[in-house]
Amino acid sequence: MKIERNAMAGTLESSDCMVTVEPGCGQVELDLESAVMNQFGEQIQNVILETLKRLEVEDVRIRVVDKGALDCTVKARVECAVYRSIGQKDHLPWGGAIR
Amino acid sequence: MFLNAQKPGLIKDPYIYQPDSIMLDLEDAVAEKEKDAARFSLYHALQEINYRGIECIVRINGLDTDLWEEDVRCAVAGGADGIRIPKTETAGDVKKVEAAVEQAEQEFGREPGSVLIMAALESAKGVLNALSICSASDRLFGIALSGGDYTKDLQTRITGTGVELMGARQLMIIAARAAGVQCFDTVYTDLNDMEGFRREVEMIHMMGFDGKSVINPRQIAPVHKIYTPTEKEIIFAQKVVREIDEKKKLGIGVFTVDGKMIDIAFYDGAKRTLALAKAAGVLKEEC
Repeated sequence: MKIERNAMAGTLESSDCMVTVEPGCGQVELDLESAVMNQFGEQIQNVILETLKRLEVEDVRIRVVDKGALDCTVKARVECAVYRSIGQKDHLPWGGAIR
Repeated sequence: MFLNAQKPGLIKDPYIYQPDSIMLDLEDAVAEKEKDAARFSLYHALQEINYRGIECIVRINGLDTDLWEEDVRCAVAGGADGIRIPKTETAGDVKKVEAAVEQAEQEFGREPGSVLIMAALESAKGVLNALSICSASDRLFGIALSGGDYTKDLQTRITGTGVELMGARQLMIIAARAAGVQCFDTVYTDLNDMEGFRREVEMIHMMGFDGKSVINPRQIAPVHKIYTPTEKEIIFAQKVVREIDEKKKLGIGVFTVDGKMIDIAFYDGAKRTLALAKAAGVLKEEC
């Protein structure tokens, strides 16, 4: 999936995270900031990268500011930002690339 | 208990408050520009959060929007137990959603017929069509009154006395019972008036409603307290069931239990009391 324009999803509320995506320079560039970086930084990073992989996003600059989100919230916000970047709201692949 | 599906902080652990059912909302609680975000959040919550056996219902957007069909796909794919249709006005509305649910069950490999439907009645027309709505689908397990929109349609307001909702409540419970489905009451929005809330729950309990919609965890305990049969009621129900079973064998139709005249008409009510007591965890074995 090709990131077509800048997009954002999520909030900075507790248990949430804010995800911003923009077209990249040929690779995935991740900038992660988390309130629980020491304990869960690696896990959050894996969730983000796996989600992008499932969505076949290989060229993106992605910034995630985490406020203690569960894995399911991180996935949801990354997917939302990616789909917003291509303007798709319907006929989503629930259970396929989104899982 | 209503929960905004877009708010991770609300949907991550509602089971700690022990509601019987959660209503994950994609409709009014979610801002227009966050409708898409709420679906992603809903899907993953349904898939990954262990709600510990609590029933998960999804309130979809209205049938007058271009959102509800994708809402149904998302909810069914995620594993929701049921779909709540807002602003239901006719049996046709139920059938429309039923068709979309059927299609989604097929698309996402859910067991046919496993996703139930409930209908919220929010207008004079909806209330007047209650019986046909209740009978519109085998999947429809219940109806619910939505007092805010209903009183707006009646050109009145929520007064706190219940007088403005009297007709709708009575009509809906009669229609639901006639069709053999459940009936749930509207929310009580004044969180500072717990005494008013308690009085309202007592009233709808006496009217025959199966439950009350709540918007805050602190409203859960009073509902459970009112709906859980007392020890005295349980003992009496056990006696009624036992006596009716025994007297039936002897060919006796009418007799007394604790000085009260009892006949077969009391049997179902007593059984229901015991089933409710069992479900509430205050009775281990039924009789």
